[in-house]
Amino acid sequence: MRAVFAAIAGGLFGAGLLLSGMVDTIKVQGFLDFFGAWDPTLAFVMGGAIAPMAVAWFVASRRAGPVLGGPYPARPVQSLGADLIVGSVMFGMGWALVGLCPGPALASLAFGGWGGLVFLCAMSAAMLAAPYMRRAAGWRPPTD
Amino acid sequence: MNPDWIWGLIGGLMIGTAAAGFLLINGRVMGISGIYGGLIDGSGRANWRERAAFVAGLIAVPALLAPLIGGQTHITANWGLIVAGGVLVGLGTRLANGCTSGHGVCGISRLSLRGSVATLVYIAAGAVTVVGLRAGMAGL
Repeated sequence: MRAVFAAIAGGLFGAGLLLSGMVDTIKVQGFLDFFGAWDPTLAFVMGGAIAPMAVAWFVASRRAGPVLGGPYPARPVQSLGADLIVGSVMFGMGWALVGLCPGPALASLAFGGWGGLVFLCAMSAAMLAAPYMRRAAGWRPPTD
Repeated sequence: MNPDWIWGLIGGLMIGTAAAGFLLINGRVMGISGIYGGLIDGSGRANWRERAAFVAGLIAVPALLAPLIGGQTHITANWGLIVAGGVLVGLGTRLANGCTSGHGVCGISRLSLRGSVATLVYIAAGAVTVVGLRAGMAGL
């Protein structure tokens, strides 16, 4: 049952990425192009997504637990470590270079061609390497 | 209003509804780098079916819809940029423990300090990078 609802959520997320145009790398790079021909579409997507999710967090705070049982995710420790900042800088740079973040990289797999596949492979390999970099830098394991 | 913005709003509402359902039904935060990263590195072994099902839906539904409503993308033909971008996104999202969906959609909506700071930082880093990219393309 958990897998069924996870697949529905993943599918709805993918459909939303497609309809909103966020699988199109030009629109994402256009949003980041604040000093050029700025494309605000991503801000509408973000606003549209944050609104229902804010309601969901409020509903969750009033309910004992998720429909399928288990606890709600714990609120992460709100510490701003070097890993958060350095990681976000790296992510932002990579995001801008190609116009893909992890969700659209997966969602556009069917029509992203070889470029999309190579991006996903490079991203996956780097995800596997991240714990080693974390250890080398002396950063603690993630808390959220 | 620009139709792209309206479609952005509609798609965004669908993304937010997916995240809301994943929280209220499955009790999970819809962060893609975490769902997918935990699936491939084995750290999410305990609930791998849920992760795999989410990723399967995320890949399959756009694959089915794209021929009908015209999915298009413009991934660069520069392999160096593609590999560098993939490596930076993979390392960065796992070090920061979140990406656009986890820190952005799920974090900001929860008024999370970490999520909000991460989102500001990656958008700023992306904006600076685009300036460099444009300058590089114009000058080199």
